[in-house]
Amino acid sequence: MAEIKSHIGTQNKKGQTYTDAWKMMHEAPRSPSFYTGSEVIKEALRRASCDVMIAYPITPQSEAAALIGELFAEGYIGDYFRGESEFAVMSQCAGAAFGGARVFTTTAGPGTMRAMENFPMWAGARLPIQMIVTCRGINSPLSIQPDTIEISYLLNTGMLVWHAETAQDFFDWILKGFMVSEEPEVHLPLALCCDGFFVTHTKDVVNLTPADMCLPPYDPYRSPVPCMDMECPPVRMMRDPFIMKSNYISYATHASWQQEIWAAVERSRKHTIKWINGLIDTENTDAEVVIVASGTAVSQGREAIRLLEDEGVRCGLVKVKSLRPWPGEEIREATKNAKHIFVPEFNVTGWLAKEIKATIPNSERVHAGPHVCGGMTMPPEIIASEIKTALGLRSESLAGRGS
Amino acid sequence: MTQYRVLPGPEHFLPPAAASMGIYLPNPGEAHINGVIVPEEKAYEEAARQFLMAQVPTIFPGPLVLWAWNEKAAKKAAAVRKLYEILKECVQPGQKPMLIPMPDYRPKYPKINPEVEINPNHPNLTIWHNKIDCCMFIGVHCHQANLSLKIIRGGTSCYTVAMCAQAGHEDAMLSFRDASVEKILKLGEWIRKLKGTVKPRLTTAKTSASN
Repeated sequence: MAEIKSHIGTQNKKGQTYTDAWKMMHEAPRSPSFYTGSEVIKEALRRASCDVMIAYPITPQSEAAALIGELFAEGYIGDYFRGESEFAVMSQCAGAAFGGARVFTTTAGPGTMRAMENFPMWAGARLPIQMIVTCRGINSPLSIQPDTIEISYLLNTGMLVWHAETAQDFFDWILKGFMVSEEPEVHLPLALCCDGFFVTHTKDVVNLTPADMCLPPYDPYRSPVPCMDMECPPVRMMRDPFIMKSNYISYATHASWQQEIWAAVERSRKHTIKWINGLIDTENTDAEVVIVASGTAVSQGREAIRLLEDEGVRCGLVKVKSLRPWPGEEIREATKNAKHIFVPEFNVTGWLAKEIKATIPNSERVHAGPHVCGGMTMPPEIIASEIKTALGLRSESLAGRGS
Repeated sequence: MTQYRVLPGPEHFLPPAAASMGIYLPNPGEAHINGVIVPEEKAYEEAARQFLMAQVPTIFPGPLVLWAWNEKAAKKAAAVRKLYEILKECVQPGQKPMLIPMPDYRPKYPKINPEVEINPNHPNLTIWHNKIDCCMFIGVHCHQANLSLKIIRGGTSCYTVAMCAQAGHEDAMLSFRDASVEKILKLGEWIRKLKGTVKPRLTTAKTSASN
């Protein structure tokens, strides 16, 4: 908003310079560092001008949450505390965001599920909170291992949902995510997901922006709803029955409200495309066989493609970066030449394959798999094997003694 | 490219959000008319024409300009008042310009007084009561403005204009973005410029039955 003074070029209390976000992310020099995904989350937050981070321990995000505590001790985060549970954390995040703060949190697996009621509330209240989801198993018997099933529950909350493949994605998208989320016509929470352990607990070379640069602070006066007003919806909506009354006006108001949330998801499309350079990445999509994947399944798919090339099978790749907004048009275009579309996933239901089937013509082209879940790894060989089997090529057995 | 157009209603029992129908917001320097991106200058002319054509052209100022919470808001409020005065000067006998505030977003108990205010949860009541056939939102928080604009499009035939300080509104039939004192006054200049050249639809105005 024009009347709010620009902070660009000024310094925060840690001596970091508030920098134009586009320049910081695209033009500033980068320095390579060898970090785990959890450490990368900390380094991104160091540069994010974050007002509040609220933590609760649950594997595999606990390390990131603890590391951000160190940032607070160093003075980079405005406030930091541990909630009483995941549900409490997400409610406290809402309170902080209602008050006009830039808010960040992390969760995983059963924690995501326990807090689920809050996510549609965040979206409905237009709170641009960023939540890292380090995906893991959610069901009994207990598993702390990687599994992306929880993402499927987030897809219809009204949140933006992105799925990072690598620690580099993670670093960049945490910072860029705030820029998309906080656009006044978007102003929605972002669930930035990664595959737990595979990304959080492995080290990788990540190119970091300078530590003496940080994002401009959040400007709550650009919010599409009042920063906090106990007399107005959405807060008033929750404490008195107007919207819950049984009459046409109440229904129409609530219906229009819900539509507005999904309209805001649509509006995020152009900003997401701008900031993360498209909703998908593609390689060789003129091939008859295409792998479409998100998260670390992309990395495994890429390796499978290399194995297949050695055997003379040409295969394309679509990396789905954003799940909400959904890249329907992009996927239709990228798969228009494909006779076979394979969707490897780290979950039992194959939610990504279902989304793709609902998007493209001739959905019988989609092979929903291979799937692994409950923490199993997905060797590239099983992707290559599934593709070769579908193409009628000989494929060696990959489990047991084989034949 | 979408075929959907944002037109005066009544459109539907529950009209879709225009953004979900493929309507995009304008970039800086642009506006939209019926969901089609146009140069801002064209939108001034069309907004002025719609105001001068209407039987009850109405400005709905919201909390962001009604309350003097900073110097800029106070200046915008003065500009809105000026725009209203220009409108009164430029209309013809039989036309009835109105200035009805949206002072807050509280649901009104037991019912709203539609003669003195409009509320985003049931804006159609104020439109219907006053037979408003063209209105402009200014200073309304974007979420609440979209809520209102969609309900108005769903149930009334009112032509909606949004003078938005942020990125604009797809759910209005005509939307400016990055509203400023200068832009408000420029719309006033266009109304003056078109004074006497636009025929008001006094005899053909839709009644409350379809309004």
